[in-house]
Order: sequence, then structure tokens, then C-alpha cells
Amino acid sequence: MQLLTCPWCGDREEAEFRYGGQAGVPYPADPRALSDAEWGRYLFVRDNPAGPFAERWVHSAGCRRWFTAVRDTVTHEFLREAP
Amino acid sequence: MTDAVPRMPGFLWRNPDPRRSYDVVIVGGGGHGLATAYYLAKNHGITNVAVLEKGWLAGGNMARNTTIIRSNYLWDESSRIYEHSLKLWEGLEDDLGFPILFSQRGVLNLAHSLADVRESKRRVYANRLNGIDAQWLEPAEAAEVCPILNVSPGTRYPVLGATYQPRAGIAKHDYVAWGFARRADSYGIDLIQDCEVTGLDVRHGRVTGVRTTRGPITAGKVALAAAGHTSVLAGMAGLTLPVQSHPLQALVSELLEPVHPTVVMSNAVHVYVSQAHKGELVMGAGIDGYNGYGQRGSFHVIERQMAAALELFPVFARARLLRTWAGIVDTTPDASPIVGLTPVEDLYLNCGWGTGGFKATPRAGWCFAHTIATGRPHEISAPFTLDRFTTGALVDEHGAAGVAH
Repeated sequence: MQLLTCPWCGDREEAEFRYGGQAGVPYPADPRALSDAEWGRYLFVRDNPAGPFAERWVHSAGCRRWFTAVRDTVTHEFLREAP
Repeated sequence: MTDAVPRMPGFLWRNPDPRRSYDVVIVGGGGHGLATAYYLAKNHGITNVAVLEKGWLAGGNMARNTTIIRSNYLWDESSRIYEHSLKLWEGLEDDLGFPILFSQRGVLNLAHSLADVRESKRRVYANRLNGIDAQWLEPAEAAEVCPILNVSPGTRYPVLGATYQPRAGIAKHDYVAWGFARRADSYGIDLIQDCEVTGLDVRHGRVTGVRTTRGPITAGKVALAAAGHTSVLAGMAGLTLPVQSHPLQALVSELLEPVHPTVVMSNAVHVYVSQAHKGELVMGAGIDGYNGYGQRGSFHVIERQMAAALELFPVFARARLLRTWAGIVDTTPDASPIVGLTPVEDLYLNCGWGTGGFKATPRAGWCFAHTIATGRPHEISAPFTLDRFTTGALVDEHGAAGVAH
């Protein structure tokens, strides 16, 4: 089983973690100012690269804390983790 | 399962080099791309067409799915497109003049909880209002359809009943692709393998051609039918899509005597099983949770899938796994496809079929060909345009489609 590195707990099996998708998607500063298309983009559109991807993970069966990791979506290799 | 597997001639299509220009370039030589090419020629008389495939024809998800064909979806929009697709499947062997081993052996969708039972019955009623053959079966009736199914009440997730669609079934995926490819080729359409698209040329908001590993090709229209790689291609034209690519794993057992007469699916315990014509048990799982382009997934997903399969089918306990693999599925926020126009003129999109594109192959090709030929969505695929992620008119099929196909 693939090992993921939790910044607080160290290497743990993948089944202890849940995936949170793209990292660094801010809530719009002024949602009322957005057009329907912009709001739809915030709700539904996320990056989907083939290659390095900064994404959120949560150690749900461990410390239950969230962290950001950069992972290559083609090789599934974790390149770096950061809280 | 007793059907003899037909012999094939040595070559079913030419293997041409790309020309410098086409009226329509279809990116992706899988089931949908090949069906689109066929219906462009057959329904619209458009034959100056190339299908570009970066690997070999039908070697992506078309070679990796579990070949289940059904139309028992909840919402009107979905049941219309999948039921129309099923009707095309029912005549496809004659239409293509090619054996596809379409076997209407029925599908059981199991219910394991009171919520499942209510949801399943609701779906049966909705299906019947839409003219789709659907029945609710009590556990004993489900066991009559599939005698190896364990319906005893003592299991961890007991079978409380099942929906049954008798007209559902499976087909031989390679033959389906080859049947479409052979007919498209006979119309003079170029099926070009080993030709990866590396760029899209967009001028003044209009696509004018593609760059490939075998040189540039100009095109009147460009149509993307590349499943899990659609986001990468669309990005070449500056488009971002509401699509996420995930691994979806499947596996087969060794060849076994016929034991499994139908198709059984369980969304709750995440497994779906049929037995292929040659005798392998074919099983699929739910998607892996993370984004992935690697055509492989995580082992624990298979482990849980096998645990579920064993509980439902104790007779599989001593069957041996032959091989596992993954496809790259293009999932959308509402588990429904995206078919239609894009903000870039003359660039068309067929994607987001996620875990269930195989069953839609003929109708997706039919509708996509219409869209490309006329510049307007086909009425059957009109609810599935990109606009719905702005208007909010989603077609939420997570109940009928979200996990298993």
C-alpha cells in the first residue's frame, strides 16, 4: 500500500487519508460581485493537470489535520508535503 | 458464454499517414471517437475526417471498462440519452455488419439498506414512466435471476432487494470498436494511430488545426473525444473544464465455467460483476479518490472490492485473480457528461462520461456527430452542454451513476 507522509504523524498507509482536491482555492472575496459564470467557475471548476499538482489531504484516521502536498498525478509520487 | 468467438480478418482498416488538412479532426480513437466518425459519415455525409489516436485504436478506456450496458438512470434527461443508446445497441450488430457479442442478460442493482430500497424503487418508477423496462425484485426473486448471489440475511450488508433491467447486458468492447473503425474506414475516414496531439491552434477565438507528433494538421473543425485526457487537451486552447480525472480500476479472474448468468451491481459495497463470453469474471470498483493519469490505482481499493464480491458471491472464494488495471475517467460535479460547443469556435467537446461512457458509445457518437455537423447540440444531448455549470441546471446522477457502471 502506498505510504503518505503526514507532516505530524509521519509515514502512514494511504487508507488513513482522505483526498481534498486542489489546494489554494480561496473563497471569493465578494461573492455578490461575481457573475453567474464566475460563481459557476468557483463552484465547479478545478485544475486537473497531468503532472505536479498541489492538493489537500486530511489524515482522517489519524490526527485529523489537513495538509497540502505536491504530487505528480501521472506517477502518483509525492514530491513534497507542507502543512 | 457459450457463443463461439468469431474469427477476424487480418486487417479491418487501413493504417494511413495523416494528410495535411481535414474538414473534421476527431481527437481520441476510442469508442466515442470512432462512433462519432462513423455517424459523421453515415448520418451527415461528412467523410473528409481524421481520427487521431496517441496510442492504438481503442486502447484507452475502451479496452479498460467492464462493458456494462444499461439505461436505468433516474432523471428524464439521462434516461433519454441512455435508453436511446440502448436502442442503438439493439440494432448495432446489423447496422455495423459486424459481430459485437451484445448479450442482453439483464442487470441487477442491489439494495442493502432501507434508504437503498426507497431510492431503488423510486428509480424503478421513474424508469417505467420513461418507458424503460425496470422491475423491483425481492431478495428471493433476485436469487432466481442470479442463483449464485448470496441473499441470506446474515451478511454484513444483506441484500434487501434489487432493481432489474432485463434488456441491459454486456458487449465485447474490442469488437464494438473494431466494428465502428471498419465502417468508418470504409467511408474513407483516416484512422491515424500513434499520433498524439501536442497543441491546438486558435486564432481570433476559432480553432484552425492541431499540432501532433506526426506534424501539424489544419482542420475546419476539431472535436475532442479523449475522456480522461480532455482537460489537458482543452487547456491547449485556454479552456478550463469542470472535469477531474481519476483512476478507475477493474480486474478479471481466470477463465471459469459459466456460473454467472447476469450482471450484478452494488453501489453500496462498491463492486459490479459479470462473466465475459470467454469465461472471465469481470469486476469493477469505485474510483480511486485522488486525481490520477497513471492508469493504475491503489491496492486497498481492489482489496475492498474483492471483500464485497466475496460476500455477495461466496462461490468466488477460490477463483484466482488474473490481472488488474485502471482507466482514467473524466468525472464531473453532477456525474453527467458534457457534450456540445465550447467558447472556442469550431471546437467541440464530448467528455465527462466518467465511469459510464461505454454504454453510451453509439448514442454519444450519434449526438456528437450531429453537433459537429450542424454546429448545434442534438436535442437528446442538449441538457448536457457546458452551460449548465453556469445556469445551475445540473443533471445530478450520483444515485444512478456516481459509483458503479
